[in-house]
Amino acid sequence: MDKLRSAAALEELRIRILAKRNPQQPLISICAGTGCHAYRSEDVADAIKEEIEQQGLTGQVELKVTGCHGFCERGPLMVLYPQKIFYQRVKIEDVPEVVSETIMKGKVLDRLLYTDPNTGERFAKEDDIPFYKRQQRLLFGNNNKIDPSSIEDYLAIGGYAALSKALFHMSPEEIIEEVKRSGLRGRGGGGFPTGSKWESTRRAEGDIKYVICNCDEGDPGAYMDRSLMEGNPHSILEGMIIGAYAIGSSLGYVYVRNEYPLAVNNVTIALKQAEEYGFLGENILGSGFDFRVKVSRGGGAFVCGESTALMASLEGKVGEPRAKYVHTSEKGLYDRPSNLNNVETWANIPLIILKGADWFNRIGTEGSKGTKIFSLVGKVNNTGLVEVPMGMTLREIVYDIGGGIQGGKKFKAVQTGGPSGGVIPESLLDLPVDFDELTRAGSMMGSGGMIVTDERTCMVDLAKYFVGFLQEESCGKCLPCREGLKRMLEILTDITKGKGRQEDIDLLERLCATLRDSSLCALGSTAANPVLTTIRYFREEYEAHIREGRCPAGVCKALITYFIIDEKCPGCGLCVKPCPTEAITFVAKKKPVILNQEKCIKCGTCYDICKMGAVGVK
Amino acid sequence: MKDLVNLTIDGRKLQAEKGRTVLEIARDNGIDIPTLCYNEGVEPYGACRLCLVEISKNGHTRLVTSCLYPIEEGLVINTASERVMANRKMLMELLLARCSGVKVIEDLARKMGVEKPSFKPEYLEKNECILCGLCVRACREVVGTSAISLVNRGVNRDVAAPFLETAPDCIGCGSCVFICPTKCIKMEDKGDIRTIHNWKVDFKLKKCKVCGNYFAPEKQLEYIRKKSNLPEDFFDTCPNCK
Repeated sequence: MDKLRSAAALEELRIRILAKRNPQQPLISICAGTGCHAYRSEDVADAIKEEIEQQGLTGQVELKVTGCHGFCERGPLMVLYPQKIFYQRVKIEDVPEVVSETIMKGKVLDRLLYTDPNTGERFAKEDDIPFYKRQQRLLFGNNNKIDPSSIEDYLAIGGYAALSKALFHMSPEEIIEEVKRSGLRGRGGGGFPTGSKWESTRRAEGDIKYVICNCDEGDPGAYMDRSLMEGNPHSILEGMIIGAYAIGSSLGYVYVRNEYPLAVNNVTIALKQAEEYGFLGENILGSGFDFRVKVSRGGGAFVCGESTALMASLEGKVGEPRAKYVHTSEKGLYDRPSNLNNVETWANIPLIILKGADWFNRIGTEGSKGTKIFSLVGKVNNTGLVEVPMGMTLREIVYDIGGGIQGGKKFKAVQTGGPSGGVIPESLLDLPVDFDELTRAGSMMGSGGMIVTDERTCMVDLAKYFVGFLQEESCGKCLPCREGLKRMLEILTDITKGKGRQEDIDLLERLCATLRDSSLCALGSTAANPVLTTIRYFREEYEAHIREGRCPAGVCKALITYFIIDEKCPGCGLCVKPCPTEAITFVAKKKPVILNQEKCIKCGTCYDICKMGAVGVK
Repeated sequence: MKDLVNLTIDGRKLQAEKGRTVLEIARDNGIDIPTLCYNEGVEPYGACRLCLVEISKNGHTRLVTSCLYPIEEGLVINTASERVMANRKMLMELLLARCSGVKVIEDLARKMGVEKPSFKPEYLEKNECILCGLCVRACREVVGTSAISLVNRGVNRDVAAPFLETAPDCIGCGSCVFICPTKCIKMEDKGDIRTIHNWKVDFKLKKCKVCGNYFAPEKQLEYIRKKSNLPEDFFDTCPNCK
């Protein structure tokens, strides 16, 4: 491949690629993202490949193994083009029929269709499924159209056209102005206006400037950056190249955690391809602009997602934050002006350049523009990655897209913004989700984690979990974060064990205030959020633990007892075998089982299994 | 003449050199701000957070660590606001809980009106090290040997020699001992041997040719001699007999 040396050469190549493709030709797109990978979707993909060969359809049916499609709950996922038929929970055994019936005869296999658990309605097309219908998948929607290891696939959907436009039709200042006007705010957590950040770095003194992509996503339950990097790495690189041109940088870094091997692999392949095609390296597309990108793998410390700790880690030092009184846009990596943005932020750039700031800033709310990808997890029916316009309400996300709470249980709260976000209770379900509203509610956008909890989640236990995570991940450099989180965890653990003191809530609040005010970096200053919001919205639950030695959600083992409600128990014995300690004894049909309290370890297995509601917890 | 900026600190208007920190200016003007991880000999680090002050700029008020914050035109600083004091008190409570029985910490706490921490008695630890990192920074920045380092993270953070064994690069100079605010690094000279217990190292001391006193570890003298290009017999006599 000769390097492309002009905008015209890129467009000629694109025409050649598209000419080879027939949009009417059958194509099977199978998801191999994080969730589907866990369901062994690669094995299904291999089976399809074999089946295509066996049925003599090589060249007539195309198979695309792609990044994450989003609807992880129902994996392995498959979309059949051109009709866009959506199959879910596809097994190897289903493959021959998919090829012979659906591909060859156009017959839809009912058993592989998605059925809405709430309405029983069945859907054949991807776009009609409620989970997808309410989304606006500007960034994520391309994942199922491209094989992440194919630059041709990216070019076929218009890839690098934004770069070409930026290099040949816009000055760096115009690009920055466009990004500023778009209203794009950083998707990594802080929500700082991206255009202003670029402008500061451009204006900062220095010959050498760096642009950095932060792919050190580490929030429990969050995997949107990973899925973007795995599924569409070129879109991120394209954003970075445009940013580098606007800022005046000739070297960039992608900092990606090593626990994301597929992301590391796919971005490394994409880098090599971009160099081969002339999108990276010297004289990009013949414009005279030079830019290189290196991949740096992080060791997996949560704190390295913090910009200054990330830069220290990039320099080969211990990943610890430093004070940002002098901004990284002036003195960042190797003390040079550096611009760091998160994966999702970079992926937005090509769209803004191509479609314009005015198109972009019509999406979203007053203060938060565009879409946001959320990782919707927890006790919700439709676990997955969802991309929605800013300002959609939590209720729409949890119920319309997420399909409500699993097992018909009652919604309790959503934890947004990762471990240092906060919980948002049912009374705020109609909150429009954007940067400012979430902050006002005491939580934050963070990188977009959304953990849904139900009535069986104890809020003290939840706060304890997140504080435990944070104290483990605190770098330990500054006193309030290191010692404060340790004490908070001790107090919360005591409360869940029924050893809380009356003054503990006040003490927790005082500790929270100190963490927020005096911590060195955002890890510490936001670490108080899970505690503060659970106290703010669920204070009575803390008090029940402390005053009455009672866990209202029936979770804290030291405070609960499971018992059999004899009049409800039909004696079916379904709960007997699953009990890990053989604490339940079968008596006879129609006679209630007997639960031995001494053997019971309060795991709740019987409670979850019993369909008759015959297991009680108090 | 250097660039001067105007600022207000605890109600006093003054001018100071651009580029200096709030802590330096405060101390120059007789304002006491407590610190534990600060020492003029090494770069400021901002770990103990005790030097927090409240600053106001363009109508925004926030807390910053004065040891790191560079002064700027129009800055209004309050070194002992209610918010600052509430934070410092809680920080002292946290330190006291970690280092119960450590005199320097107890004295400082008392000075700030903290007698004992609000945490349960069983949470109190007898840890002498406050993890201020001064020893590590002195070893790296002043001595230039980096014989010891901060290891692990979070609550498991500690100061240690490589692989938690002996420190092969230690020259026995004792800078770490000297700079430690809680005096928790134990060093001992016995006969012709110096031992630093924390880093599990022993050094042979050099005997002065004139007075016969042991005056410094041979390894340290050799390190200085080579670094400064001094003649081989330069340290045959001790500084007192020179």
